[in-house]
Amino acid sequence: MSVTVEHLTRRFPGGSHPAAEDVSFHAPAGAVTALLGPSGSGKTTVLRAIAGLEEADAGRVSICGEDCTRMPPQRRGVGFVFQGYALFEHLTVRGNVGFGLRVRGVSRKERDARVDELLELVQLQGYGERYPSQLSGGQRQRVAFARALATRPRVLLLDEPFAALDTRVRVELRAWLRELHEQTHVTTLLVTHDQEEALELAQQVVVMHEGRVRQVGTSLEVYDRPATPFVASFIGNANVLRGHVQGGRAALGGLTLDAPGGAPDGARVHAFVRPHEVRIARAVEEPSGAHAVISALTRVGDSVKLSLQLAGRDTLMVHMAHAELEALGLTQGERVAVGIRNARLFVEEHAG
Amino acid sequence: MMEAALRSVPLRRRGGVLPGYGLALGFTVLYLGLLVLLPLGALVLKASTLSWEGFVAAVTGPRALAAYRLSFGASLVGALVNALFGPVVAWVLARYDFPGKALLDALVDLPFALPTSVAGIALTAVYSQNGWLGQHLAKWGLQVAFAPAGVALALTFVGLPFVVRSVQPVLQDLDPHLEEAAAVLGAGRLRTVAWVVLPALFPALLTGFALSFARALGEYGSVVFISGNMPLRTEIVPLLIVTRLEQYDEAGATAIGVVMLGASFLLLLVINALQARALRGRKR
Repeated sequence: MSVTVEHLTRRFPGGSHPAAEDVSFHAPAGAVTALLGPSGSGKTTVLRAIAGLEEADAGRVSICGEDCTRMPPQRRGVGFVFQGYALFEHLTVRGNVGFGLRVRGVSRKERDARVDELLELVQLQGYGERYPSQLSGGQRQRVAFARALATRPRVLLLDEPFAALDTRVRVELRAWLRELHEQTHVTTLLVTHDQEEALELAQQVVVMHEGRVRQVGTSLEVYDRPATPFVASFIGNANVLRGHVQGGRAALGGLTLDAPGGAPDGARVHAFVRPHEVRIARAVEEPSGAHAVISALTRVGDSVKLSLQLAGRDTLMVHMAHAELEALGLTQGERVAVGIRNARLFVEEHAG
Repeated sequence: MMEAALRSVPLRRRGGVLPGYGLALGFTVLYLGLLVLLPLGALVLKASTLSWEGFVAAVTGPRALAAYRLSFGASLVGALVNALFGPVVAWVLARYDFPGKALLDALVDLPFALPTSVAGIALTAVYSQNGWLGQHLAKWGLQVAFAPAGVALALTFVGLPFVVRSVQPVLQDLDPHLEEAAAVLGAGRLRTVAWVVLPALFPALLTGFALSFARALGEYGSVVFISGNMPLRTEIVPLLIVTRLEQYDEAGATAIGVVMLGASFLLLLVINALQARALRGRKR
């Protein structure tokens, strides 16, 4: 039940660049694969092409090894959950969930049994006779899931399924979707611009930007080892420091780090440093090394956000546990020694 | 004591957060009263100058019965034809872009704007026995002008924009994802239209049908030219009323008017009830 996309390109008339260009990836069977990217990155176009709702100008889409690039959506055996639910307002919840079965000519008795099964799966028992307008946003979305799953699709395609919901419901439904996937193990493709959602739900993440795939990897890989500066800045918060290479080291506003292998002297580099990968100490205890001044300090629950002013004009955002800061006994305005635990450096020409 | 006293102070009724409830409702009642109810009241009053036997005789004469049959029958045919083809026109206007679309769109409104007598003359010219469509139809033994078919045709003409303009905006606003959802669920084009699009359009279609029907019942100008106005055969109720008036039978005319009024009102009530049923569950 895997999905393979090869060199998929889709141009919209009048668009300056293709909505999707040479997109290739493999979504393994039984796993959740997230298509992650900012709006306009082409992720929805790719999803719609897999469903057959968008025609590919070039490339191939295969489901379970079967080429279905030219197959109409009716025959692809996929389930699709739309961002705005797209429920049939004139039908009850039961009518919505049973729609695909009714199309397939499944007898009323069998249909009812399957619908009951699904309503239980999405925890909406007793809501069968309601109309979509009588449900909350989260309930409507679960009806949409049930409707998509009713026909036992080979692949479940989710287009920003939680984007229209408020944060609390979104977090709840995310946990619910995890459970649902553990029960059904249906191959799932999830389009989202929310990196947290992707990292939490997906075993594999496909990062897209401007119609192209920038990186494919597990959620840990794209977080820890971003392949391009775009991925580094898009996934997780990161400080960006600019500098240049000198004798195999990168000088970045008072900080020096190991330069990427093979970078010539004078090459411009930028470094991405995650806020929790910065280590600070009292300046007096580490008189050598880079120093900075704590220019702002905000406590958020049990953690603290610090702004450090480096010797250059760069500022560095730092996250750390409040207890850790208290142990150091540091406050706003003090000088601190700065160490970088981990950073990703890119030579400038490598922009993308 | 204190609490009891406080509780007994009547709360001033307020129109919720939307102000102006009392004023707006008062105005609406006055406006409708002056514009609609007053003349209708006068109509009923005038009719009541007849004795009961006189009233029954006036409204159940063979000429009156034939006129009701034609008026309601031809209006129903016109509204049904519009309910069938109006959505097609609305679909084309809402869904496709083509050269001359603006022109076609404007054409739909023409029956609204044209003096209906002009429409009647034009239709008669085309469909009469030496008109350029009528002469060919005559060869097949089909007579449109000066026949009930002509009445139905004129009433279809005046009712068309009501259906198109009721359905078109709903079709334009219909979420395209609905049809895509149906397609992914396995429904072909025909089934998607029958199971998803038409039910979504149904309330608007019913409104258009009701408006078209009501308009046709009251239509006069276009029909008098094409129908030939033969008593018992091609005479519509509004014309019969005018005829009675010309014969100085004011009470007889208003009696027939009262019957039309009652019947139309009843029909519109039924259609509204149907619509409420169709909308059941769709709105909170």
